[in-house]
Amino acid sequence: MTASAQTQSQPRVVLTARGLGKTFGGFAAVSNVNLDVHHARIHALIGPNGAGKTTVFNLLTKFLQPTTGKITLLGTDITHTKPDKVARMGMVRSFQISAVFPHLTVLENVKVALQRPAGLAVQFWLPLSSLDRLNGRAETLIDDLGLTEYRDTRAADLSYGRKRVLEIATTLALDPEVLLLDEPMAGMGQEDVRMVADIIREVARHRAVLMVEHNLSVVADICHHVTVLQRGEIIGEGDYASVSQDHRVRTAYMGTED
Amino acid sequence: MAHGHTNTEARAAHPQASALKTGLLLTLLALLLAAPFFLYPIFLMKLLCFALFAAAFNLLLGYTGLLSFGHAAFFGGAAYFTGHAVKVWGFPPELGILLGMAGAAVLGLVMGLIAIRRQGIYFAMITLALSQMFFFFCVQSSFTHGEDGLQSIPRGHLFGFINLSDTTNMYFFVLAVFLIGMALIWRIVNSPFGMILKSIRENENRAISLGYSVARYKLAAFVMSATLTGMAGGLKALVFQFATLTDVTWQMSGEVILMTLLGGIGTLIGPVFGAGIVVTLQNYLATSDFPVTIITGVVFMACVLLFRRGLVGEFYASRIGRSLGFNPEK
Repeated sequence: MTASAQTQSQPRVVLTARGLGKTFGGFAAVSNVNLDVHHARIHALIGPNGAGKTTVFNLLTKFLQPTTGKITLLGTDITHTKPDKVARMGMVRSFQISAVFPHLTVLENVKVALQRPAGLAVQFWLPLSSLDRLNGRAETLIDDLGLTEYRDTRAADLSYGRKRVLEIATTLALDPEVLLLDEPMAGMGQEDVRMVADIIREVARHRAVLMVEHNLSVVADICHHVTVLQRGEIIGEGDYASVSQDHRVRTAYMGTED
Repeated sequence: MAHGHTNTEARAAHPQASALKTGLLLTLLALLLAAPFFLYPIFLMKLLCFALFAAAFNLLLGYTGLLSFGHAAFFGGAAYFTGHAVKVWGFPPELGILLGMAGAAVLGLVMGLIAIRRQGIYFAMITLALSQMFFFFCVQSSFTHGEDGLQSIPRGHLFGFINLSDTTNMYFFVLAVFLIGMALIWRIVNSPFGMILKSIRENENRAISLGYSVARYKLAAFVMSATLTGMAGGLKALVFQFATLTDVTWQMSGEVILMTLLGGIGTLIGPVFGAGIVVTLQNYLATSDFPVTIITGVVFMACVLLFRRGLVGEFYASRIGRSLGFNPEK
């Protein structure tokens, strides 16, 4: 399915940011960012290094408190909500540097994500075997993402690409409404990039995805909407075709002054 | 359940390892049961108290990744609470220890609430500062008898009829409490809650992004560690029949860190060995002219330089340990 085939009717907005800004000391890392992330769409956040993409992620997920602006998730104002609460409300993020639990196995990594929704996180009096009932769901996720043969491998021993896939698996374990992926394909080989792109396209059928990505061919291929950030400000927006023709965007990327 | 077998399967991947572990544990238990007939029982009881202390401390350092520099407050504090309850209020020993644990839990809750939002060295410094405040409280307070300490605490009768003044009875009581404490720690570590603690230790931000209120889990672990430390402290007050300022000093907080690192953080049995080594060194060097602190200092440096994982941790990670199926976590 191509991007354009899905854009006939405008799906509902699940995440919005209005006038989002963050200053560190006197430095404005992000200013006046407006975003609308839609259900069942893949929204890319692109821009040169240091443009503030990761800061925007940290603001949206509340790992950083915005200096200005307002964030709404699924109709609820989350501007002053704590990051773990935001996760429980249905917006889950990944990190630029792969975030797995290195000394736990692949299966355990996914199960840790499943424990909270299953209400099996605070029981210090139960044996570990009480978590066995999460195995079925965890293994389905592991199988879906092609990690079957690594089920009992420690996450630290996985290749870089597979760590990222595992991270997506643990994120999907929470069945989030909104998925924020910070450079999911950075440092990956061509083979892995295609696999992860397919996975993202698949998961976005039922949820909103906002992703930071440098690989523009991937963005062109799977993203419905693109927002371009430069020096903390939005300089372009739209589908990839129009954005890539934009004069300011081209300047920002190519560095050519006319 | 179609997939219910997987966990046991993973563990059974090294059947000889689990058999070996069971064998080692049973041997250790047999040694502990026979030990009072060969070694000085008071020394053994001291060793068990410190072993439990170190294991309780390791629940926080090894399994949650929090370095507390204030655990003496729970250890020495519980010794005072238990001592006071038994001596002044006439509590039986088992209730005295429970009260000591409850006191340590309250202290742990207060200190935890203040310290838990800081990380790394700041967390350690805040716990140190709070335990020093508690130290000065103990110096000033009347129920601790200041510099004199709480003397001649009666051991009393367990459940009203087992006379603990009898050294053998006392030893087996101490051993039982130690085993209960270790079993509790083992259960906490190997539980759904323990999994979350490990995931926080491994990657705190990821745990947050999965929706876990990390601060609450840390606080719970902190209180549990404090409570179990209180168990060891209350027990020690009954063994030695006194509670003094020594057990609330910052040096005591440092000693337990040394024991835990020496034995191996993140292993259940490591701190027990670490405590054994430190207590033995102290006991046998106490009679010689050589200053103990120099020896323990050298041992500590050697450990940091040569055995990063601690003695038990290095054994697990060694070729022998690996071939036996031990899985080093750190």
